[in-house]
Amino acid sequence: MSVIFWLISAITIAGALFAVILKNTVHCALALTVAFAGLALLFLGLDAQFAGFTEIMVYIGAVAILVVFAILLTRGSETPKDSVYSRFPVAGLVAAAGVFAVLGWAVLQSAGALPHAMQMPSATAKEIGYALVGRYVLPLEILALLLTVATIGAVIVALHEKEGK
Amino acid sequence: MFENLDQIFILLRNMVLGYLPEPLRPFVSVVLGVVAIVAIFPGLFALTTVFERKGIARIQNRLGPNRVGPFGLLQPIADGIKSLTKEDIVPTTSNGFIHFLAPLVLVVAVFMGFAVLPMGRNMVLVDMDCALLFYFAMGASSELAVFMAGWSSRNKYSLLGAMRAVAQMISYEVILLLSGLAVVMITGSLSLTKIVEAQNVYSGWFPHWYIFTPWGLAGFVMYAIAATAETNRSPFDLPEGESELVAGYHTEYSGFKFALFFLGEYLAMFSISGLGSTLFLGGWSAPFSFLTWVPSWIWFFSKLMLSIFVFIWMRGTLPRLRQDQLMNFAWKFVLPFTLYNLMVTALWRFLGDGWERWVVCTVLVIAGYVLLGRVSMRREHFGPRSYRYAE
Repeated sequence: MSVIFWLISAITIAGALFAVILKNTVHCALALTVAFAGLALLFLGLDAQFAGFTEIMVYIGAVAILVVFAILLTRGSETPKDSVYSRFPVAGLVAAAGVFAVLGWAVLQSAGALPHAMQMPSATAKEIGYALVGRYVLPLEILALLLTVATIGAVIVALHEKEGK
Repeated sequence: MFENLDQIFILLRNMVLGYLPEPLRPFVSVVLGVVAIVAIFPGLFALTTVFERKGIARIQNRLGPNRVGPFGLLQPIADGIKSLTKEDIVPTTSNGFIHFLAPLVLVVAVFMGFAVLPMGRNMVLVDMDCALLFYFAMGASSELAVFMAGWSSRNKYSLLGAMRAVAQMISYEVILLLSGLAVVMITGSLSLTKIVEAQNVYSGWFPHWYIFTPWGLAGFVMYAIAATAETNRSPFDLPEGESELVAGYHTEYSGFKFALFFLGEYLAMFSISGLGSTLFLGGWSAPFSFLTWVPSWIWFFSKLMLSIFVFIWMRGTLPRLRQDQLMNFAWKFVLPFTLYNLMVTALWRFLGDGWERWVVCTVLVIAGYVLLGRVSMRREHFGPRSYRYAE
């Protein structure tokens, strides 16, 4: 693995780590943005240009801003008075180690299952477009419906009903 | 001879690379391109600041800067010296790290956008298949910098300005994307070089620029509106309106950091004008087929400066839009019209060549514009304004 891969991974992990360690919630959101950027760079390193740029556009350009707005408009931006660390560190460590073990096992299993002489699948925007409206058109339509329902639901849940209505 | 003039920068670069050993060549080639961009566009920025101040002054029946050089042309040097020697005031309660980073993130994100603009024949810094997507990804990153600036200043006016700026930018970004999408649909590629090559065809004297088609004209107008809003230019400059919000999200920045914000805003204006001329105005292609002997980069920069002139003209002429007027306009009129324009573009593509598609698409665009304008921008009640907030 090249040096660049290690550098980008270090940035991603550092970002994700600081997103849970820092006290100020907005700082955590900005550290999470660094983690998103690192992920996008990893996608680009794998020649998946569409996925990488869409990640920047969607995650950094929309999700990070949404997270920051949500923090600012609710009361989460006040710094907590108690410590941010949990009271049961051992249980947390065991749970995290368990999840990591399962994920690592799944990834390593799948790498062994692929034949070594497989060529890289091409993931140009054109291929993704053809796949989305050809083979995966039903999931695309269901996703669109799901997003519409989620948006309408969020507005209805958050809407403050007028008095006397 | 004119082909050499057209490719002169490429020839110069190849000459310099010829003196270097083989392994260093790709690296130095990229560095040369980056140095050219970093030298030219801030130089154009300096010229534009004078251009703007003189232009707005003339529109307002006054003279503008005329002391520093002939016709005030050396004013940017005076401005540069001033901003470099000013004391850099950082509020004590502000969030120091993020306060420092915000202008840097803005300028870096904006400079990255220049990497994919085709400034002449064969003159792109990075020729990617997903160039348009890359450009919009960098535009999205610059919004976060605006928010960082406003929040880290620990100032209610800055925060308010930043929130307004971000709300405006995300609303108009959707419109920017959708109006560019019609061009991608017709060209069949996200690569900006292919989009320019598709427009570089001439039938008789006239070029096949997309602005000369009905859907292209509608798309260009909406792209121009969205571009003005994205870069926070008048009439959409409520986030930095001096009389409303002191100076919005860059209140607490003084000296060179303010100059960096200013630079970032103007560079964003350049790059979005460059993208607009690439998508709709044919990029580096000449307006008439008998003018193709003029070098391609001259056409690109002329179109860029023409767009800047229109921005300055709009700033001097139109009054500022209020925040709710701006948001209403975006979500109720421009966005539905952009979606309608996509359908008209699809109809254009599938009606085949001939005069029918011109007539049908023109009628549809005009009818859609009039109907949508009448229906959605109608004021329904004139009573006191009532607001419903999300808790």
